[in-house]
This record gives sequence, structure tokens and C-alpha cells, in this order.
Amino acid sequence: MSSALAILIARDLRRAWIGGGALLPVAFFLLVAILFPFAIGPDAKLLARVGGGVLWAAALLAALIPIERLVAPDMASGVIDQLLTRGQSAATIAFAKLIAHWLAFAPPILLAALPAAALLDLSTETLVRVEIGLLIGTPGLAALALATGALVAGLRGAGAIAGLLLLPLAVPLLIFGAGSLEGGVGALKLLAAVSLMLVAGAPFVAGAAIRAGLD
Amino acid sequence: MTLIAFDALTCVRGGRALFEGLSFALEQGGAALVTGPNGVGKSSLIRLAAGLLFPAAGRITGDVPRALLTDQASLDEELPLVRALAFWARLDRAADNVAAALDALALSDLADIPIRLLSTGQRRRAAIARVMASRAPLWLLDEPANGLDTAALRLLETAIATHRASGGAVLVASHTPIALPDAAAIDLSEHLPLLERAV
Repeated sequence: MSSALAILIARDLRRAWIGGGALLPVAFFLLVAILFPFAIGPDAKLLARVGGGVLWAAALLAALIPIERLVAPDMASGVIDQLLTRGQSAATIAFAKLIAHWLAFAPPILLAALPAAALLDLSTETLVRVEIGLLIGTPGLAALALATGALVAGLRGAGAIAGLLLLPLAVPLLIFGAGSLEGGVGALKLLAAVSLMLVAGAPFVAGAAIRAGLD
Repeated sequence: MTLIAFDALTCVRGGRALFEGLSFALEQGGAALVTGPNGVGKSSLIRLAAGLLFPAAGRITGDVPRALLTDQASLDEELPLVRALAFWARLDRAADNVAAALDALALSDLADIPIRLLSTGQRRRAAIARVMASRAPLWLLDEPANGLDTAALRLLETAIATHRASGGAVLVASHTPIALPDAAAIDLSEHLPLLERAV
């Protein structure tokens, strides 16, 4: 069973990287970070003050990009049917997809936060807090993206609906993530709790959505 | 040994009963050919047997591994044929079967060609190779002859015969003739819901 999980994760990771699919969210993340100085103006002090929150909002928006390719292609190509026929549970399939998605999504975002922080003139201290917060919060973001991707798979205009579904649910991550920039450990703990809850629930939500999509 | 048994099965899709009261069993070495006009529920029966749909009434027993062939090859488009098949074979713990399956369907020369470059018939043969390599005792084949030329159809019939000879069973839904010696015939139009039979 565990080896099957590893095989599924390896396949999803490989597919995330082909054609630069995993780089798109990063490019989007950087683009949002670049747009803010243009919109707010070159006031270094102001940018440094809002910069941490900007990075969190950018991460949230970047999480939307891969949603449509997480579950829908495998449902359309019959891969999910094949896995279920082999006795894999829908939740196991979703769990493998969650891990693979986090591995493809989070490290590049954490790396891209470095140049983005430089663009926004963030202090090292703020950057470290953003990185710690993203490390804790990205599993929750990945879980939300997966559950949303499974729920909207097969719908017309799935991308727009996915955004409407995901963003409100991601508000707690944003509040506690941006809250942790003030330096409180409490916010980080709450962020971890929200993230953990999303990671624990998403495979079952996604699994149920996959099962419901079969008929 | 019975590999799968359907007991008084009723299938409902989208609020409409497709067939009802269907019973049959497949033994080792057995074969069943599902026939009937379009829309009568042949593919639904295959999906029921695969565990992808649940019957509205009746019971399906038997829990041997199954290999499913539908109209989707379910092979990753960007991968060379041999690697795309190896993914499924590794999941089935049957990685050494891939070469033999490729050979049996005359695909060995195409082993390094990406799936996206294969023709319809070649894809079909590749999907049959996936089923062959799986080691599953029960094959569920939905319109396996679609897109196959005469030579490839012979290869498929040989593959099925070999599988049955080694103790496997096949459930085939097909509207085109396919050689299945001693196959039980399941005509779904004889199992239409009472209401529709009266009309």
C-alpha cells in the first residue's frame, strides 16, 4: 500500500513539472509581488510595512493557478477509474495528490519569497517570519486547492468557481499567517491548527467528490 | 472457483432503470459476452463489475483483482509506451509482464514512442496490453474491438484465449462480433425494466 502511495506521488510530481506547470504559480506569485510597488508607489517604508501581508496574499492567489490540473485531467482520462478498480480508495488517491501537490507547490514559493522580499524591501526578520508562516501554511493551502479541484472537476468554467470556493475558505490561513508577522507565537500556533485541520480533512472531501463525480 | 457473481442486479442511471433482475456468474476460464442495443447499459454493467458504480438492487460478490478496459487508454500522453505501461504494472506488482504484453500485441517496435503519437488502434492495443500485464484474474472489457483492425482483433482473441486457458475469466461488452468460444451470452435487452418491456 505504501509503495502504491509512493508510485502515485512520483507520477503526480513528474506531471506537475512537465511543461513547466509547477513554475506557473511561482511566476504568478512574483508578478503579484512586483505589481504592488507599482500600485502603492516607491515609498520604501510603506512597502516594508505592508510587504509581509502582500506576500501572503500573493501566495493565496498563486494557490489558485494549479487547481484545474490537480484532479480533472485524471478524471477525464480514466486514470481515477483505473485506480479505483485496483482497490485504491478515493481518499488514498486524494492523499497522494495532496502530498505531490505540496511538494510541487511549496518549495518553489518559499524560494520565490526571497526575491519578492527584496523587491518589497522587507527586513530579514520579516522575511524569516513570512518563510516560517508559509512553511506552516502552504500544506493548508495545498489541501484547499486539492479539495476545490476535486469539487469543481468536470464543471464548465471550473477555474472561476474554484477561485470563489477557495479564497473565502483560505481567509483563516491569511489572517493567522499575516498575524504571525507581528511576532506572536500564538498566531503561528493557530495557523498550524488551521493548516492541520485542512490537511486532515481535504483527502476525505476530495475523495468523496471524486466518488460523486463517477456517475 | 467463481470469480464474480451478479445476483438479481438492477442498474439505475440518472433516475432511469436500465436493466433489472440480471443474474450470472463467471467461473475460472469462463467468458461472458454482453450484448444489446446502444444505451441498454452494457458499459454500466462493466462499471458495476469494476466497482465504479453501485447497483440499485441486487448483489455483486467476488473480490478478485480486476483489470478494466474502457474507451480511455488511461496512459500518460507524454510518456513513451513502455514507461506508461510500466506505471500501471508497478502498481499491480507485475513490472516484469510489460515486455511480454507488448510482444503479444505486436507493440514492441513502438515501445519508445510517446502515447500522444500513437494512432487510435495502437492506443487501443496499448490499453489491452495494460490489461494483459496486470495479472488480474478477471478482465472487464468494454468494446475491446473498437478501433482494431482484423489482425489486431486476432491478437486480442488470442490474448483472451490464453488468459482463459490459464484460469482467468473475461466479461466482454461488445456490439461487434468477437470470437469467444463457449461464452455465456448476456442479452441486456431481455432484462429491460418491466415498464419498458410492456411499451
